[in-house]
Amino acid sequence: MQRRDFLRLLGTAALIPWSTDLAFAAAPRADYQRLLVLVELKGGNDGLNTVIPYADDEYYRLRPRLGIARDQVMQLDEFTGLHPSLKALLPLWQAKEVAIVQGVGYPQPNLSHFRSIEIWDTATDSDEYREQGWLTQLFTAAPPPRSFAADGVLLGSQELGPLTGGRTRAIALNNPEAFARQGRNMPAPAVRTSNPALAHLLKVKDDIRQAAEDLKSDYDFRTEFPQTAFGNNLKTAAQVVAASTGVAAIRVTLNGFDTHSNQLATQTRLLAEFAGGMAAFKSALQEIGKWDSTLIMTYAEFGRRAHENGSTGTDHGTASAHFLIGGKVKGGLSGERPALTQLENGNLRHAVDFRQLYTTAAERWWQLPTRNVFGGRFRPLDVVRA
Amino acid sequence: MSRLLFVLLLLPLSFNTSAAGMGYADARQLLSRTGFAPTDSEIESFAALRRAEGVDRLLANVRTEPGTPPPADTIEFVPPSRLRALKNASEEEKKAFRREQFAKSLELRAWWYREMLDTPSPLTERMTLFWHNHFVSSQQKVRSLALMYRQNLLLRRYALGNFGELLHAVSRDPAMVIYLDSVSNKKGEPNENFAREVLELFTLGEGHYSEQDVREAARAFTGWSLDRRTGEFRFRPRLHDYGEKIVLGRTGDFDGDDVLDILLAQPATAEFITAKLWREFISPTPDPREVKRLAAIFRSSHYEIKPLLRALLTSDVFYAPQNRAVLVKSPVELIVGTLRLLDMHSEDLRPAAFVGRNLGEDVFAPPNVKGWPGGDTWINSQTLLARRQLITRLLRAQEMPMPAVMPAAAGREPNMDMRRRAMRMQRDYRFDADRWFVQFPAERTVRDANLTRLVLASTPQAPPPAGANDRAYLRDLLLDPVYQLK
Repeated sequence: MQRRDFLRLLGTAALIPWSTDLAFAAAPRADYQRLLVLVELKGGNDGLNTVIPYADDEYYRLRPRLGIARDQVMQLDEFTGLHPSLKALLPLWQAKEVAIVQGVGYPQPNLSHFRSIEIWDTATDSDEYREQGWLTQLFTAAPPPRSFAADGVLLGSQELGPLTGGRTRAIALNNPEAFARQGRNMPAPAVRTSNPALAHLLKVKDDIRQAAEDLKSDYDFRTEFPQTAFGNNLKTAAQVVAASTGVAAIRVTLNGFDTHSNQLATQTRLLAEFAGGMAAFKSALQEIGKWDSTLIMTYAEFGRRAHENGSTGTDHGTASAHFLIGGKVKGGLSGERPALTQLENGNLRHAVDFRQLYTTAAERWWQLPTRNVFGGRFRPLDVVRA
Repeated sequence: MSRLLFVLLLLPLSFNTSAAGMGYADARQLLSRTGFAPTDSEIESFAALRRAEGVDRLLANVRTEPGTPPPADTIEFVPPSRLRALKNASEEEKKAFRREQFAKSLELRAWWYREMLDTPSPLTERMTLFWHNHFVSSQQKVRSLALMYRQNLLLRRYALGNFGELLHAVSRDPAMVIYLDSVSNKKGEPNENFAREVLELFTLGEGHYSEQDVREAARAFTGWSLDRRTGEFRFRPRLHDYGEKIVLGRTGDFDGDDVLDILLAQPATAEFITAKLWREFISPTPDPREVKRLAAIFRSSHYEIKPLLRALLTSDVFYAPQNRAVLVKSPVELIVGTLRLLDMHSEDLRPAAFVGRNLGEDVFAPPNVKGWPGGDTWINSQTLLARRQLITRLLRAQEMPMPAVMPAAAGREPNMDMRRRAMRMQRDYRFDADRWFVQFPAERTVRDANLTRLVLASTPQAPPPAGANDRAYLRDLLLDPVYQLK
């Protein structure tokens, strides 16, 4: 253990006012052998047309042109169904490996893409500003093993998002082969500097050097991934998982959900990419025996306005539905069905705070207490099997 | 050629003016922060000027029109009717059309790179790029190279002109009207996209307006539309909401221009733009008190951009030692700057545009309406490797191509033929070392010192070993992390 990690551990322990036993156990016991995969539905996916309250007449009144007809919806129960292009997700749903959480949001919602994703990324209240991403906050409290190739890998977008700041080793990856080839000769003498830009450059060099060899894997999956950018990124994610040394988290971004106009065609395509990608990813992870140690969670800056706009699209909104998927997920519907007659400025009220999802990932998945991270204010959801 | 002329014009000055000059380091700071990698002789000529003189010279003769002729058939407007006709075309025809569009989009980018590389007025291009990243539109959504080109001309025309006029002009710019959905913003069916971004990103900044303001402003912009046949702006009175609106506490039957004037009257607007220019030119951390002072200058000059830039570029803080080498070069600055620095010439700049895209800055196609976040975010594990690769390949012997330029998973792969052609063309880039090193004194230590002060904004993080030959010395400097900074 490096001195830095030891000090960090002490710091963590000192802050936990529980029994000494638990306090000492807190950091090392975080089970980073279990992988968290975040799928970002960037642009703000329309939750109402993803997880559809098809039995609610109000839905069709708000969505005269965009509403998905009742007989098109894949019905999950007598109230709720899925968008038809999520078909590939159905076998996973039937295997009880998909938990759908409805009404995810936060109080005093901000409708700006950039501010709202910042709130999500840093796990703050609407009027609070924090530098570090929520995964960085967790990793600072309980660092993933130094032997890991990296703490987190980013695919499909190079924005650091939840991995922003701190000492988090985040690797934006495109092609692991090329990455290994180019990173191998990276000289990186450890130097201290007071220039933040230079410090950032040196840190990235350092991260590359460690990750270059370890992220490479030439595992030959039998699974066919969809021939899309998202499919390719999921394949790369599977390759990273197949490489022997671990990573704690992978974030894959699927972009294009900002559907102000002509939403039907765009969302149909994107949801099909998402579902097809998830089905392939499951199959690939099963090949290497990692499906049960992987938790997938979707997120986005917001959902969309309940009422469709004049351009057969939807404007920025608030609460939305999200998915947790994996071999250990306790499948089913949770959260609350959208209360379409109790809108606030035309927007849905949230029923589940997005930080409850984060708390679920931290506590139920990684066995990592969040008391000193998210202030312990957020109740985890019962969506992970023991 | 024009660059040579520019330098020659300045030369006599360096003999006339003397001790009062700002000196080499300040001149380098001024020229590299406002342009692309100045040459040694350009820096020397400014070193003899006082700071204010240098800045005045910089601002006096800025271009407002590009000197590079545009690729003719690329900038011809294609009416939507022709695109619609394509819907019924065969798969083969569609493919051919996509291939042609891709080739043209690359030519448009190469055109701008050419202008950046050859212009005698690099500040014009830097500011055009700045506004492109402020008043963002992307070809990805606009889907018209002609309109993207016209917008680029507009941004350049106002680049160092008047911000208020620029705001009004860009709000009715056809590419913008498409990009932020004004075209579907109608009375009774408002689309908030443009209204929200004009408040949040173009003028006030987040936190200075309410959701109600967004909704009301959206109504004011209803009817701002396009003539589909010509691609020109057109106001459609029948789609405009003439009712009363309340925007930022003011009430009236406002139209879009009224709302823009209300936004310009807010102090927050001047401060927002000033702070952004501070981050562009000085440091990542604007000083709030100084920003307020500079913003007051901006407002009192009725949003003239030159007086604000003059104040920024003559301020002590611009030249302060703690603000040297604290900004990360954007990919465009790195590419154009390196080609200028090494005096490399190529007939074809399409590969350069390719590399820019690979490094995260695909001009004419910013990632979203907030533009490229820039700063430290330019550097991640992917882009740092690609930046180093660019440099090594530029320095290698002529037969070596520039980097493998297309990201494998970009989702819109050009066809292989195009890619191979691009790779072949990359061989045009030549670094003529024998000719280039002649500009430095022969004496070893002076030579190394002069080379270092030209190439790097600060002392190298890992100084090259003593006794390295010229090429090895230069290579080490260019691969030093400090070379990524300006």
